[in-house]
Amino acid sequence: MTGQERHVARSARVFLAPALLLIAVFFFLPVLAALLLSFTDFDIYALGDLDRLRFVGLRNYLDLLQSPLFWTALGNTFYFVVVGGPLSVAVSLGAALLVNAPLIRFPGFFRAAFFLPVVTTLVAVAVVWRYLYHPHYGLLNYGLGLFGIDPIDWLGDPVWAMPAIILMAVWKNFGFNMIIFIAGLQNIPPSLYEAARIDGASGWRQFRHITLPLLGPTFLFVALMTMIGYFQVFAEPYVMTQGGPANRTLSVVLLMYEEGFRWWNMGYASAAAFVLFVLILAGTTLQLQLRRREPP
Amino acid sequence: MVMLSPPRLFFIVWFALWLAGCDSGAGRAVTVEFWAMGQEGEQVKALLPEFERRHPGIRVRVQQIPWSAAHEKLLTAYAGDAMPDAFQLGNTWIPEFIALRAIEPMDQRLRDWPEAALTDYFPGILATNRLAGQTFALPWYVDTRLFFYRDDLLAAAGFPEPPVTWDGWLRAMATLKAQSGEKRYAILLPIDEWQLPVILALQRGATLLRDRDQYGNFRDPRFRDAFTFYLNLFARGLAPPVGNSQMANLYREFASGTFAIYVSGPWNIGEFGRRLPAALQPHWSTAPLPSFSDASLPPPGERLEARAVGVSLAGGASLALSRNSPRREAAWLLLEFLAKPEQQARFYQLTGDLPARQSAWNHPSLTDNRHAQAFREQLQHLRATPPIPEWERIASRIAYYAELAIRQELSADEALAALDRDVDRILEKRRWLLSRGLAP
Repeated sequence: MTGQERHVARSARVFLAPALLLIAVFFFLPVLAALLLSFTDFDIYALGDLDRLRFVGLRNYLDLLQSPLFWTALGNTFYFVVVGGPLSVAVSLGAALLVNAPLIRFPGFFRAAFFLPVVTTLVAVAVVWRYLYHPHYGLLNYGLGLFGIDPIDWLGDPVWAMPAIILMAVWKNFGFNMIIFIAGLQNIPPSLYEAARIDGASGWRQFRHITLPLLGPTFLFVALMTMIGYFQVFAEPYVMTQGGPANRTLSVVLLMYEEGFRWWNMGYASAAAFVLFVLILAGTTLQLQLRRREPP
Repeated sequence: MVMLSPPRLFFIVWFALWLAGCDSGAGRAVTVEFWAMGQEGEQVKALLPEFERRHPGIRVRVQQIPWSAAHEKLLTAYAGDAMPDAFQLGNTWIPEFIALRAIEPMDQRLRDWPEAALTDYFPGILATNRLAGQTFALPWYVDTRLFFYRDDLLAAAGFPEPPVTWDGWLRAMATLKAQSGEKRYAILLPIDEWQLPVILALQRGATLLRDRDQYGNFRDPRFRDAFTFYLNLFARGLAPPVGNSQMANLYREFASGTFAIYVSGPWNIGEFGRRLPAALQPHWSTAPLPSFSDASLPPPGERLEARAVGVSLAGGASLALSRNSPRREAAWLLLEFLAKPEQQARFYQLTGDLPARQSAWNHPSLTDNRHAQAFREQLQHLRATPPIPEWERIASRIAYYAELAIRQELSADEALAALDRDVDRILEKRRWLLSRGLAP
């Protein structure tokens, strides 16, 4: 290394130091603390007097894996991710295609309108959706009634509560991915479509063979972000159902929140956080692997 | 924008600092930090000018905290060593804050009180503020659950008086249900609440936990009896199997007669008064809960006050002193002030919260309120839930398994066995602490 290079390296370290320091203090340190916490039974007693803290090794993890409530929460979370995730991506893509279609009038208006739920406070949205879902006076059941369908107790019925939450979450969130898809769509050169039209390709084949492959990277990004976000579902069930009815909408993060901040079982809650972290990591890796194996 | 020259800017900053210095130096008064929740935090401010007039050396700064965040905020404040000097807390939280060693016992200070002052409190309520012979908080206002009912519907069904025993209650509900349509019910009991099954069990004489509150005792025959009685209310269609979130407008449903009886607390006296249509106002009443057996019933024709009353839960909020506060003396004066009967009565007028001291109930504003009288009677018949920090958690398990049993996903026996198993697990730490002598 020449003197010049050493000088550059030192300046780089100096400039990076504040950012690294912040990340260390506000990210790595808390994560490390949480990891240590997950091996203890830190609770309300330990908060009052550290003599009452026990190091329990992996017991929190074992308890977690044996707790029916955790499996319920995990099942609900998977339900939400597996049904809600693809649905959300599909709706976003559909909306992006519609808004991006050359025939559409006022695309700016529709873009803004579809994006509006994303920036609206969830609590306000929840109030409105609770009315929509009301079993007697709700608009949704009124609409179903016109087709002769019996009213559904959307948020109170254990079978329907999760679909109701998914529907609301998709409606609330699809606008964000839509914007990303629109950006992706606008990056596809129009000449490709022109060439396809000259070759006599139908609209569907253009979509299948031009739009989808060229949206690949966008798709991967959207799918990953959606999956990560949906695994961490919390606010929707928290404000709509508090995890009910009969825990059918209890998600892993909601369980973690309840254990940690309602019951102050910080050790147990930290263990749940790390299990969720491992799951998300596994899900992300899997998706990246699948993507890599596909022929370009 | 006006640009300031550096010397002028320097002068302004210096002057501002000087003023700030003056301000902190001038205030010789002790400032008591007081945290209160929800509307209590809002309304208590109206009482404070009088307190500050009586104690010129003390200023009170009220921090108002929403109920939904209060428990969390107090715990975080404790963890961060940022506790207020005095604070309000729900009386079911007291064991938790005792375990935390966050509140100071007040027996020493109470010794200066006249004996009558403590006996003036409803005994069942005062008991929830005590543990192992020490008093940790002063009851501020009280809360319990009893019947809110449509007396017109009950009278039409042939029951001009509210039921006083489980048998009479069941008969009244069966008649109400038989006379009304399919979409109507006798009683509304939100299935995600633990209170009614616990009240029924306490009325039946069950002890919820056993062996110094170290194990669940839910398979005990008395608890089981009460639990099956509760489940039967749903199985027989007397109560709709709905949770709190499904009742979008309780008041409208009550007004339209969807249900005739509702078990609720004092906050609904005001709500019913405000939200029910004027035509319905003469037709709703409150009544103490019925009791399990009729052995203690007075002979017919006896005064209503003498009749049997079933126990209900001792709820409410209390005021406590923070153990680490250097301003406990001043904070205690505030607590003493708020405990005075005339302040209790005024506080009732401001908030509708029922006073914890019985002498405050002689105030005309309370004696004139016909809906409050049943509470006065019920407040003489209270049972506390087990005084351990784990109770809220156990209660939520009770609500959970009760809901599963109502939905018939578990039988009563399966639900109670699972409940005992969960509760024993929750209490594991407590057993460890007790075995080591580390528990309070």
